[in-house]
Amino acid sequence: MTGEVLAQTRDTERERQAGLRERIACCSVAGCLSAGGGEVRAALEKAVNARGLDGQVEVIGTGCLGLCSQGPLVSSAATRQVYAGVTPEDSAALLDGGAGRFQGRTLGPDHPFYAGQRRLILENSGRVDPERIQDYIAQGGYRALLRAASAMSPAEIVAEVKRSGLRGRGGAGYPAGLKWELVARHPASDRYVVCNADEGDPGAFMNRSVLEGDPHRVLEGMAIAGRAVGARQGYIYARGESPLAIARIRTAIAQAQREGLLGGRIFDSDFQFQIDLRIGAGAYVCGEETALLASIEGRRGQPVPRPPYPPERGLWGCPTLINNVETFANIPAIVERGGAWLAAIGAPASPGTKVFALAGRVARAGLVEVPVGTSLRTIVMDIGGGVPAGCEFKAAQTGGPAGGCIPAAFLDLPMDYDTLPGIGSMMGSGGLIVMDTSTCMVDVARFFMEFCMDESCGKCVPCRAGTVQMHGILRRLTRGEAAASDMSMLEELSRLLKETSLCGLGLAAPNPVLSTLRHFRNEYEAHLAGRCPAGRCSIPVPEPV
Amino acid sequence: MSVRTLEVDGRTITALEGQTVFSAAWDSGIRIPRLCHLGGLSEAGACRLCLVEIEGQKKLQPACLTKVAEDMVVNTATPALLAHRRLIVELLLAERNHVCAVCVLNGACELQDLAAQLGVDHVRLRPQYPSLPVDLSHERFGLDHNRCILCTRCVRVCDEVEGAHTWDVAGRGRNSRIISDLGEPWGDSGSCTSCGKCVQVCPTGALFSKGRTVAEMRKDRGFLRYIMTAREKKLWIS
Amino acid sequence: MTQTAPMSNKPRFATVWLGGCSGCHMSFLDLDERLFDLAAIADICYSPVADIKEFPANVDLTLVEGAVANEDHLRELKHIRAQTRVLVAFGDCAVTGNVTALRNLFPLEDVLQRAYVELASSGRSPSADGIVPRLLDRVLRVQDVVDVDFFLPGCPPSADSIFDFVATVLRGGRPAREGRRFGA
Repeated sequence: MTGEVLAQTRDTERERQAGLRERIACCSVAGCLSAGGGEVRAALEKAVNARGLDGQVEVIGTGCLGLCSQGPLVSSAATRQVYAGVTPEDSAALLDGGAGRFQGRTLGPDHPFYAGQRRLILENSGRVDPERIQDYIAQGGYRALLRAASAMSPAEIVAEVKRSGLRGRGGAGYPAGLKWELVARHPASDRYVVCNADEGDPGAFMNRSVLEGDPHRVLEGMAIAGRAVGARQGYIYARGESPLAIARIRTAIAQAQREGLLGGRIFDSDFQFQIDLRIGAGAYVCGEETALLASIEGRRGQPVPRPPYPPERGLWGCPTLINNVETFANIPAIVERGGAWLAAIGAPASPGTKVFALAGRVARAGLVEVPVGTSLRTIVMDIGGGVPAGCEFKAAQTGGPAGGCIPAAFLDLPMDYDTLPGIGSMMGSGGLIVMDTSTCMVDVARFFMEFCMDESCGKCVPCRAGTVQMHGILRRLTRGEAAASDMSMLEELSRLLKETSLCGLGLAAPNPVLSTLRHFRNEYEAHLAGRCPAGRCSIPVPEPV
Repeated sequence: MSVRTLEVDGRTITALEGQTVFSAAWDSGIRIPRLCHLGGLSEAGACRLCLVEIEGQKKLQPACLTKVAEDMVVNTATPALLAHRRLIVELLLAERNHVCAVCVLNGACELQDLAAQLGVDHVRLRPQYPSLPVDLSHERFGLDHNRCILCTRCVRVCDEVEGAHTWDVAGRGRNSRIISDLGEPWGDSGSCTSCGKCVQVCPTGALFSKGRTVAEMRKDRGFLRYIMTAREKKLWIS
Repeated sequence: MTQTAPMSNKPRFATVWLGGCSGCHMSFLDLDERLFDLAAIADICYSPVADIKEFPANVDLTLVEGAVANEDHLRELKHIRAQTRVLVAFGDCAVTGNVTALRNLFPLEDVLQRAYVELASSGRSPSADGIVPRLLDRVLRVQDVVDVDFFLPGCPPSADSIFDFVATVLRGGRPAREGRRFGA
């Protein structure tokens, strides 16, 4: 493909879409599909055909429209509204001017769910069918790659990413530009670009949704990275548990190769870049970068001590740039609109937007994208609509099993990479689980410890055996069988894992315990006395002696 | 090769550039506890017993993987490190079924020695009592998973020295197990050369020679030197 | 619980034998002539090797051999703890469960079946209450039942280490933890 062909493809597709009377986009990521979105789309396609509207009205699948808890969701290009809870039976009303039928479940751009959001990563939701590369190109897709391949030097691309201040979206928030620079400057001849799509936190579905909804955005970001750091080969490491994402990536890679957007001589330049897919076999620890790289190499997916870090010594011993899905998804916009543009969004030290998977005890659960630094209150209360009636907000868990909880007292704190660690939590990759007063925090800590225990790779002793002992103590607490000495041992083990574990999994495994101890120690003490304040743990009443 | 000078536990020592803190300390008579490290094998960094404090570094570093540097200041036995090591040994003792009294390596076991050295006179944690098999299918050797601490010395010696790679680890977390080939009984392994290196490197009684009763066995590490000399110098001398 | 002050003029000293092989007591008897030294500094008020039926009150130091394997052990140990100032888990069975706890790898019923039916001529499992104490589902360490002040591991602890340990505790000292071994 050449620049002219790209522009031509874009214009042709835009003209075609402009000629349509209506374009109805059915959310086609896993959440809405499991709620029956596929049937809604089929019913709409049938209704279009039955009314003889082919060529005037188009029904497409599209990326996540956000309000997952009220799917299936359908958006209309003509009315610019999103309709929730659509069924195959009532969907045809959208073709017959009967949108009034969806009163109470119609969301416009000014609806509280959308009004507080700033959609960049998810900007193509409702506009792009993830299975059509023309749709992505019509929205300006691959123009950034064209620019990167033909009008920018690798150093200029790295400089632009540095200027943006973008921080890695995998959770740790390491400045992306610095990482790119490390790889780009390495003297080795072979380098690799790896996309970490092994999203495994309980309740987290940001990356999966991006890959299911807008896979070309990630491919484009990776290709730009390949150009910037001098790599010819990229890998996407995806979870086997996300079959739809895998299918969409495969389709997208095949399309991009066919159009010459991946492969040799991209945009007639000397830049060549291939992307291959690698599928994980269900180990959470493979989200840890060294374990992920071992898995790509076909070895047992377990971490090795760092340093050396992957930018120095990664895949097959070569310098490797490894970033998260959402990090790569930010790249095309940075190249297209400039680093300064992104730097102006969000918090000064944490620019850009962040996608959160809002889940748990909240009225409107789903995928939300907000400027970094937005308060938890805005996300949970305004966008999420607060906790359901009858209960009050108690805490929100960020960062999954490696993160911590944020109690109500900190609702107004900005959610960014530097503030959250100060209260014992972390940004994480975007999992955000809301808990209300019916939640027992000791039981929450037990749940996350069980997760870490099951997902420990078993290589280092503190994580392998320590999580088992910590889980045992937490389980005894929730059963009213714990003694005071268990509490001191729980804290001693927390320190051990935090200071001696080999990789991030073990180092962070005590975090849910430490943060609930910090903010809800009274609940632990109540359990020691044989009482669960939230009434969730079934602690037997002691028999009278 | 140039020389580096560093301070370990208040003593000034010299080491070769590229040497690890562990081996530099060892050469100077400072013994940092370890169970997964064994000279001549690659480092796993898995037991976490050799973690040391290095001034200017926030995180504890494994001495087996950390290279010496000029003017580095290392502390190998602070109260915090000793407490961590004791708890790690307690974790190991509680994890599987370590019954020293009826073990072939009673009195010569690295884990038993380390517990005594660190003052682990009891285990505060709950013993897990996992149900684990014993593989006695090999003609000359046995593998008792009850005594295995997953240090992977056997995996590494078999792969790196013998070149057979009979051993590896299957499962994860607490379900991790040393397996031969693809999980078949050791005696049925097509790759095992019966060289016995794994038995000699095993720090506990998990891998043992058959025909020895309680406390009879002693490890013959000279055998490894014999093999390595033969390999490197093409001389079959001991 | 842990005492650090010297004990009364002639401290009262006891040893008990729960679920173990009595090897620790054999090692204790290996003190030989040092038993006289011990008797000189302590009043040996209760021991399996002395013919006294009831565990006495106001004991200063008790060595507990063996793990807690049945209901009698459980009751006795709680009683002993209540009567003792300084309690020592004596030997590996008391400290770790050791050989006594090997049966924890199997369900209790399987153990009884194996011991009393498959390998015995009687063909009956001793299940009737009141004749023999009922076995606990799982063998417990002494520390699982009561607070323990000191641990003296070993299978068995050597006579030398027993003497040093007991003498140190009777003097009000804290025995060193380093150098004590499980097993041999």
